Amino acid sequence: MKRTTEKIAEQFETFQILDEEGKIVNEEAMPELSDDELKELMTRMVYTRILDQRSIALNRQGRLGFYAPTAGQEASQLGSQYALEQDDFILPGYRDVPQLIWHGLPLYKAFLFSRGHYIGNQMPEGVNALSPQIIIGAQYVQTAGVALGMQKRNKKSVAITYTGDGGTSQGDFYEGMNFAGAFNSPAIFVVQNNQFAISTPVEKQTAADTLAQKAVAAGIEGIQVDGMDVLAVYVATKEARERAVNGEGPTLIEALTYRYGPHTMAGDDPTRYRSEDLDNEWERKDPLVRFRKFLEEKGIWSEDQENEVIEKAKEEIKNAVKEADNTPKQKVTDLIGNMYETLPSHLEEQMEEYKAKESK
Amino acid sequence: MAQMTMIQAITDALRTELKNDENVLVFGEDVGQNGGVFRATEGLQAEFGEDRVFDTPLAESGIGGLAIGLSTQGFRPVPEIQFFGFVYEVMDSISGQMARMRYRSGNTMHAPVTIRSPFGGGVHTPEMHADSLEGLMAQQPGLKVVIPSNPYDAKGLLISSIRDNDPVIFLEHMKLYRSFRDEVPEEAYEVELGKAKVAREGNDVTLIAYGAMVQASVKAAEELEKDGVSAEVVDLRTISPLDIDTIVESVKKTGRVVVVQEAQRQAGIASQIVAEIQERAILHLEAPVLRVAAPDTVYAFTQAEEVWLPNHNDIVEKVNDVINF
Ligand SMILES: Cc1ncc(C[n+]2csc(CCOP(=O)(O)OP(=O)(O)O)c2C)c(N)n1
Ligand SMILES: [Mg+2]
Repeated sequence: MKRTTEKIAEQFETFQILDEEGKIVNEEAMPELSDDELKELMTRMVYTRILDQRSIALNRQGRLGFYAPTAGQEASQLGSQYALEQDDFILPGYRDVPQLIWHGLPLYKAFLFSRGHYIGNQMPEGVNALSPQIIIGAQYVQTAGVALGMQKRNKKSVAITYTGDGGTSQGDFYEGMNFAGAFNSPAIFVVQNNQFAISTPVEKQTAADTLAQKAVAAGIEGIQVDGMDVLAVYVATKEARERAVNGEGPTLIEALTYRYGPHTMAGDDPTRYRSEDLDNEWERKDPLVRFRKFLEEKGIWSEDQENEVIEKAKEEIKNAVKEADNTPKQKVTDLIGNMYETLPSHLEEQMEEYKAKESK
Repeated sequence: MAQMTMIQAITDALRTELKNDENVLVFGEDVGQNGGVFRATEGLQAEFGEDRVFDTPLAESGIGGLAIGLSTQGFRPVPEIQFFGFVYEVMDSISGQMARMRYRSGNTMHAPVTIRSPFGGGVHTPEMHADSLEGLMAQQPGLKVVIPSNPYDAKGLLISSIRDNDPVIFLEHMKLYRSFRDEVPEEAYEVELGKAKVAREGNDVTLIAYGAMVQASVKAAEELEKDGVSAEVVDLRTISPLDIDTIVESVKKTGRVVVVQEAQRQAGIASQIVAEIQERAILHLEAPVLRVAAPDTVYAFTQAEEVWLPNHNDIVEKVNDVINF
């Protein structure tokens, strides 16, 4: 007899639209996207790949601080974000800066976040998002709250959150899904399963065969998608969004993906825990390669177009670094001022003390 | 004897106790094959096997609960919390559960758990990694809280912590991990918990510190010496329970005190020490006891951390205040 968990896992077949060669394998699931929209998706992925390369280089030169590489995860990150509306609210993890950028966070602020400057955490008016969460899982429970709030305000929008495979081991992960399920709130929980939590492989996180099936216990929709296929991720998110705004409750999306780089730029060495074979296996699934083939086959993408995007990205990154450089340096007095609505007397005293220190 | 950094001394202590007692188990996030994100458990899984040194799923509350459960089966768990800023995730296991095990069971059970965790500022980590949260731990009766300031003490204190039958929170300042080397004996040795050390003798003023602030205090003392001020530095080593005797003895000798902590000023270890001193030695004091501490904000986002963190100049300044009182 099959174990129940195996029977459940079988129901979570990986949803795919484009195979590794960029061929459509699931015609009926093809989204209705115009050529311009398809090109926009590619543009964003190419741009984000360049941003990742430049961020790594800037980090090595000491011109950026904390940085969690994103190459390999573009389809998961940007395919899901592309399915959102401006009113939707993003609760990202530390690796999910690209979604914030495409949701409206100016690039120079992303750099300030990396440098550890509070201005990097200030969302511009109309950008519905929290700054990237450092505590694994915390954003999951908060998402249930954002979604319940939207529901109470009769908004036709959703709360979407991101964590990794490791994040699914936190209690907060279950609590968030379970609350959103219990309240039938408009929430989307995305797990970017990039196979590792720092060095720990996903097999060590759980006995479950898929992460998507964790939706079953919470009584919500769950789907596993090919996270290297931007169209599949887009469609899965779009459908989850539609269900959510139509009052049909939350969805858990597991996107199978891979981070090509180290966990962060602070000393992680992936060769200690991953084989080159595994790296190669995943690089063959690359989201940009496959989508490029698909677009070229359609005759709507060329090397020239891609180079234009690359040049534009480099130029904008350069300007954003300048803008970050020109931002006044963060002071301790700024931090003191950001502690309470009204400064208590002991902090007023410390404010004076640090003003004196800073003016020396 | 070998020259070791503090992190090497910590690995050495873990190896010593894994060898010495088959009930010792080392576990946490990425501590196995990867040897921990700081390499504190480097090579231990290869040497002792996955049975004794293993990765857990990513959940601090799970790690804490696992440790308590394992201790009921006669094990001596030495879990790692990857960064102490994540302690909030495991607060109930620590303060609500393991600290009360002996008490709740009417002294019939105990939780010989040693939680190791890196903390401390100045190494450009993202938010929630560098906070000094030892005050939260010290507020909880039933726990011991240990913070070494050098490689020699780190090894001896960690061995004592693992052998101790009550739960110990063992906090490792990240800035000290690789900043200098010490002579560290190869054999097993203990440094007694709850005992402070006079790190530098002096007659005019007492500096009381722990963790990375011991270095800053010694540096301040060296500078003060040039101005003819002789400063004694007391390294607490254990912040709960406090070694009141050593503190009071030094205070009686110098009559002037500055207490130094990297943590924010409010409700910290320094406040506790100041209270103990004024209750026990007020007639020996020539000046009010002053504190050096960080301002009362959340730990600084990295770009301002150098100004935010207390340093030797702040200490010299306060010493001059108590000298010139
Ligand atoms: C509560 C908490 N515990 C531990 C960490 C340290 N940490 C940062 S990232 C990480 C691994 C996360 O893996 P995963 O969820 O798979 O996300 P990925 O980094 O692969 O995107 C760990 C253990 C943390 N930031 N927060
Ligand atoms: Mg992961």
